[in-house]
Amino acid sequence: MSATAEILDSVQSGYKWGFETDIEMDLAPKGLNEDIIRLISSRKDEPAWMLEYRLKAFTAWKQMAEPEWARVTHPPIDYQDLHYYAAPKKKAGPKSLDEVDPELLKMYEKLGIPLKERAILAGVEPDPNERPQIAVDAVFDSVSVATTFRETLSKVGVIFCPISEAVRDHPDLVKQYLGSVVPVADNYFSALNAAVFTDGSFVYIPKGVRCPMELSTYFRINARNTGQFERTLIIAEAGAHVSYLEGCTAPQRDENQLHAAVVELIAMDDATIKYSTVQNWYPGDADGKGGIYNFVTKRGACRGERSKISWTQVETGSAITWKYPSCVLIGEDSVGEFYSVAVTTNHQQADTGTKMIHIGKGSRSTIVSKGISAGRSNNTYRGLVRILPSAAGARNHTQCDSLLIGDECGAHTVPYIESRNPSAKVEHEATTSKIAEDQLFYCRQRGLSEEDAVNLIVNGFCKEVLKELPMEFAVEAQKLLAVSLEGSVG
Amino acid sequence: MSVVTQTGAAGFLARYEALKDRLPGDAAVRAAAAESFRVAGLPGGTSARRIEAWKYTSLRPVAEAVFQGSASAAGAMAALPKMNAPRLVFVDGKLQAHLSDMVPGFKSFADQAVFGGLARPDRDPLVALNTMLADDGACLRVPAGVDAGVIQIVSIGTGTAAFHPRHVLKLEAGSTLVVLETAIGEGNYLHNPVTEISIGSGAHLTHVRLQDEAAAAFHLSTIYAEIADGGTYDGFSLVLGGRVTRTEIHVRLMGPKAAAHMNGAQLLSGAQHADFTSVVRHDAPHCNSRQTVKNVLGGKSRGVFQGRIEVARQAQKTDGYQMNQALLLSPDAEIDSKPELEIFADDVKCSHGATVGELDAEQLFYLRSRGVPDSEARALLVRAFLVEALDLVTNETIRSILEQRVDAWWERQAA
Amino acid sequence: MLEIRGLTASIGEKPILKGIDLVVPDGEVHAIMGPNGSGKSTLGYVLSGRDDYTVTGGSVTFNGIDLLDMEPEARAAAGVFLAFQAPIELPGVNNANFLRTALNAIRRAHGESELDAIQFLKLARAETKRLAMPDDMLKRNVNVGFSGGEKKRNEVLQMALLRPKLAILDETDSGLDIDALKIVADGVNALRSPTFSALVVTHHQRLLDHLVPNRVHVLAHGRIIRSGGPELAKELEKSGYADVLAAAA
Repeated sequence: MSATAEILDSVQSGYKWGFETDIEMDLAPKGLNEDIIRLISSRKDEPAWMLEYRLKAFTAWKQMAEPEWARVTHPPIDYQDLHYYAAPKKKAGPKSLDEVDPELLKMYEKLGIPLKERAILAGVEPDPNERPQIAVDAVFDSVSVATTFRETLSKVGVIFCPISEAVRDHPDLVKQYLGSVVPVADNYFSALNAAVFTDGSFVYIPKGVRCPMELSTYFRINARNTGQFERTLIIAEAGAHVSYLEGCTAPQRDENQLHAAVVELIAMDDATIKYSTVQNWYPGDADGKGGIYNFVTKRGACRGERSKISWTQVETGSAITWKYPSCVLIGEDSVGEFYSVAVTTNHQQADTGTKMIHIGKGSRSTIVSKGISAGRSNNTYRGLVRILPSAAGARNHTQCDSLLIGDECGAHTVPYIESRNPSAKVEHEATTSKIAEDQLFYCRQRGLSEEDAVNLIVNGFCKEVLKELPMEFAVEAQKLLAVSLEGSVG
Repeated sequence: MSVVTQTGAAGFLARYEALKDRLPGDAAVRAAAAESFRVAGLPGGTSARRIEAWKYTSLRPVAEAVFQGSASAAGAMAALPKMNAPRLVFVDGKLQAHLSDMVPGFKSFADQAVFGGLARPDRDPLVALNTMLADDGACLRVPAGVDAGVIQIVSIGTGTAAFHPRHVLKLEAGSTLVVLETAIGEGNYLHNPVTEISIGSGAHLTHVRLQDEAAAAFHLSTIYAEIADGGTYDGFSLVLGGRVTRTEIHVRLMGPKAAAHMNGAQLLSGAQHADFTSVVRHDAPHCNSRQTVKNVLGGKSRGVFQGRIEVARQAQKTDGYQMNQALLLSPDAEIDSKPELEIFADDVKCSHGATVGELDAEQLFYLRSRGVPDSEARALLVRAFLVEALDLVTNETIRSILEQRVDAWWERQAA
Repeated sequence: MLEIRGLTASIGEKPILKGIDLVVPDGEVHAIMGPNGSGKSTLGYVLSGRDDYTVTGGSVTFNGIDLLDMEPEARAAAGVFLAFQAPIELPGVNNANFLRTALNAIRRAHGESELDAIQFLKLARAETKRLAMPDDMLKRNVNVGFSGGEKKRNEVLQMALLRPKLAILDETDSGLDIDALKIVADGVNALRSPTFSALVVTHHQRLLDHLVPNRVHVLAHGRIIRSGGPELAKELEKSGYADVLAAAA
């Protein structure tokens, strides 16, 4: 089956990633049932235990209901009206980049994703001598189409491969950790993901290894009426360090598309995982038509002493974002961080935040959330800080700031603070404001256009978060903020 | 009083069926409320359905209790704060004329049963319960421009009574009133009052509530207030008593330059559970809302704070502030706090803060190094912790009544 | 350079400027003095195009173009610089980044090439050095956590980099010690040329000792009630505004 060949006019809406790629696709029939799950499992040559895991999840999912507590509304989703598997046709799996369909390579080139080793992410002023190298796993609809730098990484023992491959090649690791942080029936969307996930990245950093380069996955939804259900699993053994980035885009379409990912991180003693996201799924048009429903479960377990998991996210895309990257701080003196910028414009809805569950003694967490609402959008921070009785001396500091641009949008802050240990200290602060007239005037008096002034002030507002991103991403994120807010002022 | 042995929502509904022909006021309003209550039940008590507004408080103990009847109020009377201001005394929700003073502008709800438009039985289950069964209460009207001074409303609960008083406070333009509401008692009764307050243009209500119910009692109160332009609501609740309690306040700022303060302090010990929930809605521009709520939690107690500031699109230039702080005095105490902002106007200044922790060890050490004994030093720091919330109470007599109760509470902890 | 004719302006319904006539020729520095509430700051805001002020009459031409029709940033590009009495804080916005963005916006407007980060820093460091400012001034967020004196110096730094044709100093000297005062004056003096003019709004003679004006104007109740040479400022310093006001009444 071939996807429709049309390049949509993306310039009009300001979404520059909205083109579609014409490529021969292998598409499962619409609908969700055990047969489809068996089909997915067999397409991926999975062992029997994986199929069992999926079927168990499917059974659980059927008993569950969509969560209703988030401040988002959408028409009911017909889960039987989706394709659960869409993959570019291929003879055998591409062993090297030369075997990847040239149409695909062209698409990634257009998106600025470096599938040639030694290449770099787009949006960066070129300086090839100093640029660190980045390994990329590119996921197109349901499958990973290329993973770069695998050999370089394997020399130091780092495994970086599509998760479907890890299921076959590293079954013990996958069996041990998959679903250990986000149990199958954790929530409606995680159960759905566990039943039908198709691809995603698998990262394993052995004991004491500092991953020699940034790892990144680039997700692209292309096919129509297709859900994307990616699954990512990152394990950092004692003393390991890794920084992982993900980016996402999708074509511009009138219908809504579903993206329900699950990401699990595991950090052992003294390990550090830094996970950065620039989420730029298609947000829908100015009237709220189309766009991705982004229902994502991300959770990291700091299992070891002094382990650290740090989430940084810049969320500008999607019609609806429902996402709470969380940390379960089990190890003594473990550290959880959440840095977030969420921008909503037009009719976008974002309900995003984090959960910090303090179990270990002396565990610490920091939450910095910056929400920017414009147009007719609604932007909600929702976050939980829970201190269990065992978490003596735990610390949390939360800062949530909202910025409203225009008087038709909404900004909401919903923190939940639960403490059951007197020696723990929790602090939460939240503010809401708009860009002050005198700030705008000051900038314009110095010669900046109103739009540039707004960008500058917004970037300043987000600085605490942007500085947490790896440099290449920070530059891209700043540009993305500017593009997202284009036309929302004045 | 009819004897009802059925428990939970069914018990209350049976009581309504038995009494409905004799209850005062609009029967249709009661019937609608009964229907709402039938559907909603007691949050956490009768159904497993989770309601976000009741996330941290379950009324299962209320649903399981048997409410049968009154006992003597004599013992509790002795515990009334001494204050030289006219008072209205209710025992198990019924006005006691012989214990009460003449108060101008007062009518009992039994005599003048008018359900106001502020209460939301359709939305709030306990308000539905109250509306269904309310048979008495205090209705006070302060005419325009009048300073009505201080008035006390006293509730004494006894035995295993369940009572649902309905109070109405109406301040006309430019008037002033100070109300001290005291709730005390002996027994395992349920006190479920609803108060509807309207504050006219430029009027000022100071509403101080001392909730010092019996240790085994349930206290579930809901207050609705709407404030016209330039009007002010200064509310303070001191929560000391009861086994499972909730203080729920809904304030709406209706006209420009209206102001609301909704402070509170909850001092808990043993297995007490106290929930302080408030919603302030800014519906007009240039309004101001301030809230400081403190929890001091000992024993195995659990304090809950839920506070929401809502700013409507037209409410530009809103200034909203909310601070919620908890001191955990024991390893088994728990605080659950949910301060919320819901904002639809862009030219506003809204902020909230929350902190949770124990007494500051350095401060404690500093005091002790200056010769203050440990328990005194702790008492001093707890009192200091409460000052910010208490400062709203400017009436010196009332302030000292509250401070005495706080000190007495502390002495009971230390003993 | 600047020609103001019959300028009237109000905030909301309230008239503040009630007919200003003022000509500042090329290369001259004019001082505007006057009691509080006379409209001195309003004049600066109206010339730089702040939204809250409505021009109700009159004209302002700047090097032959009609200033009142232009957006604030276009006026800045044309060479109008307002040194704020209370410089605005921009949290999270790095001073160097702010200055480079502003400078490049103005350079673009003039059809000049933009400066990259390295070129800019070289230029900026030269200026901070000349103005005896610490280098970290460039790294800090715009005016955030700056002392009063630092804020004013930052205004002078901006002026030095943006090289305006007309600088309007709105009580830039208020709250400054004598050293800082000298930096401000030197900053303006360094720009003095036949194609640079300045309007210096001030209360005090002190600044004018270092920054000798060609003309001094007294603004009261929205009008210029007296103009004179530098000696007028000295006279005002000695006897206050009362006499001048009485004479004009």
